[in-house]
This record gives sequence, structure tokens and C-alpha cells, in this order.
Amino acid sequence: MNIQVDLTESDNILEGFIRGEIDAHTAPVLREKLETYQNHQGLKAELDLSNVNYMDSTGLGVFVAFYKSVNSNGGHVKLKGLSARLKRLFDITGLGDIMDIESVGKGGN
Amino acid sequence: MAQEIENQYKEILNEYMKKQTEQNLYVGQNFSRQLILENIAPEEVISMHKAAIQELYSELPEVVWHSFDFLIEMMINYGLALQERQSLLKQQEELKVEMDLAANVQETLLKTKLPLLEGLDIGLLSIPARKMNGDYIYFVSDHDGYAGVAVADVIGKGLPAALCMSMIKFGMDSLNSSHALPKDVLSVINRIVEKSVDDSMFVSMFYSNYDAKQARLTYGSAGHEPAILYRAKDNEFSELFAKGLLLGVSPAAVYEEHTVDLEKGDLVIMMTDGVTEGRNEDGFIEREVIFELIERKKDEPAQSIVQYVYDELERMQNAQFQDDFTLVIYKKV
Repeated sequence: MNIQVDLTESDNILEGFIRGEIDAHTAPVLREKLETYQNHQGLKAELDLSNVNYMDSTGLGVFVAFYKSVNSNGGHVKLKGLSARLKRLFDITGLGDIMDIESVGKGGN
Repeated sequence: MAQEIENQYKEILNEYMKKQTEQNLYVGQNFSRQLILENIAPEEVISMHKAAIQELYSELPEVVWHSFDFLIEMMINYGLALQERQSLLKQQEELKVEMDLAANVQETLLKTKLPLLEGLDIGLLSIPARKMNGDYIYFVSDHDGYAGVAVADVIGKGLPAALCMSMIKFGMDSLNSSHALPKDVLSVINRIVEKSVDDSMFVSMFYSNYDAKQARLTYGSAGHEPAILYRAKDNEFSELFAKGLLLGVSPAAVYEEHTVDLEKGDLVIMMTDGVTEGRNEDGFIEREVIFELIERKKDEPAQSIVQYVYDELERMQNAQFQDDFTLVIYKKV
């Protein structure tokens, strides 16, 4: 039950590395860190989730809220390094179609 | 009363000073519990101690009495902290009563009735992980051979989630038809949720409509865990996938719908991710495990299958469900 969120921003480009588990216990930590940036105009955010080994629907909620905010401020969110399990979560919820998502095994399953 | 306590204290202290046995200490421990019950502050205990020592050993030097006065002063903030704790405990108790009340209201408000349909056996179990259930299940039935069922999971927990569910319920009630098509139901609820819910709260929902005469299930999904179809004649499980975005993300979302005709012995398994996202020490409980459980009991009534899956998953997770659990099984008989 732990999470590590490293965010660095320069010239309105936000780079993030998230490690650990994103669930009801850790999601507030992530939400709070992302909220610092979500109202920047035209923010380009790229979040690397390759070291996220578990995420539940609460975690999904955090990313959707971030995505909606950034989008409405003319920015863009990209999530990359999604494991097959995470990718499935985004696909089932239909978020995979509206968000910019890149999974680990591109082209594979 | 206070005088009585002081006398008792003096007596217990005196006994201890004379003998210093374990038994004396034990009596002292019990007495301190009584003091806490009577709301006696720590500084009062020291005052009492000082008074008792003064009576018993009046010849002690002045410095000893001064030191007690100093100690009493030191204890005053501890006394205040204790008071604060007690008032917090009381508040917590009040909150708990309110939560219980809210949970009861939720239960009454969201109650649903299993429809009676020719040739369909329905099993249902919905168990919250905490006090308020974030899963929601609702049947729409007009006793005309049609029934709709919504299986929803509100992302975001507790009280706000419960309020959101009431909204869904009223949205469904406003449609008021067991003939309504999944894509229409999902669109209507999507617009309701999108307009009125906070940005980080979303709902996933599976909606299906069953026509008993033709044994036809029409289904759609708004970002929900796909339902599973078990075909008795092939002895195989497959996903009933339908494309659709979570409710509350975009007002422009459109929902697919598909149909499937059920044959004797077929099962449709509808659930929330509390069923599929179980974890034990070895990792995730895979979906195949759930299929296996269902297959083992496929010849029993739908309610027995549902109960068996719950019991077994509970056992695998040492009775610790992390998420609300909702499972509905339709069995064509």
C-alpha cells in the first residue's frame, strides 16, 4: 500500500513517474500532486505508469479528473507504459478511446 | 463524593507504602480505572496524592511539597488533552449513529425487487465492503415478460457515492419502462450524471433488457466490467463486450448495444469489479478461477451459484473483500 509520485515541470511540459499501487488509500496522494498542475493553460503532461503494479477504479477516477481539467484548459495528457492489466482497465471503461494511451507491449496483447 | 475518593486513595496508598506487594499495586490499577470513569483529571490525582502524603508523612521537607505543586502544573495540559479526546469519542459516536441512519435510508431508498419471468431463474448478491454500498443494482419490471436490470459501480466511495446512486435510481424511474433499450437508458443516465456530478466521480454501468418470450437479452455497457455468457451446449465462457464510455465523463458519449439469445442451461453473469479484482497473497484471483467456480455449480439454482462464488472468493481472500461485491446470475431454465 504505497505510492511514489515524481513530477517535474518546465516550460509547461510536465513529466511524471508513478510507482507502486493506486487504490483508495493512495489515490488521494496522486490526486493532490496532479491538482497542482491541472489548471495550467496548455499543459503537456506525460505520465509514465510502467511501475504501477495495481490500479483500481479510484485510481482511474484520478486520471479522468486530471484529463478533463487539462483538456478543458487546452492541454494534453498522455499516459504511457501501461501493463496489460492497466490497459484492459482503460479499454473496458472506454477511456482508452478518448485518452492518449500507450501500453508496454505495443502491437501485442 | 470527592472526599470519599480521596479517602479511598489515601487508604490504598497507605497499604502500598506499608507492604509494597503486587496485590497492593493491582488494587491501585483498578482504582485508577475507576478514576478515569469518574472523569478525574491527572492533575487532580496528583493533588489527591499530595494531600494524602501530607497527612501520612507530614514531617517531609518543604521541597517535596513544592515539587508536587510543580508536577500538578505540568499535568494540566494532559488533563485538557484527555478532555478533548473524550469529546472526540463522543462526536465519533454521534457520527457513527448518523452513518448508520444514512446506510438505512440508502438501503430502503435503493431497494429493488427481483422480477418474475417465465423461464428465467435469477440469483443476486450485493455485499458492501464498508458501511455504504458503492455498487448498485436495480430491476425494472412491468410483469409483461420484459425486465431491465442495471448493475452499476460508483467510482468514489462513501456518502457522495450513495447520493450519486439515488440520482441513478431516479433517472431510471423517470424512464419507467422495462422495454427501454440499453443504449437509450445509458445515454439518459449519462447526461444526468455528467451534469450533476463532481469531476472525479464516475459511474460504470451495465444495462440489459430481457425479453422472456424470445429468451433474448439486449445489453449495453458504460465502461463496466463485461458480463459473461456461459453456453451450456459448448460448455464455454465468453465476454459480452459492448463499447461505451463511463457515465459522467462526456455528454457526447454514445453506447453500443448487442443481443444474445439464451438457450436452456445458459448463464449470464453480471458483476462489478469487486468480484473480478480480488487479491490474495499470491496476487490476483484470475477470472478463470471464477469461471471454474461457476461451472462447478452450473446445474444448481442461480442463487446457490451466486452464494457459492461469494463464499469461495471470501475464503480465498481470508474474508477480506477490498471492494463492494455484486453478482447477478440469469439462468435460462
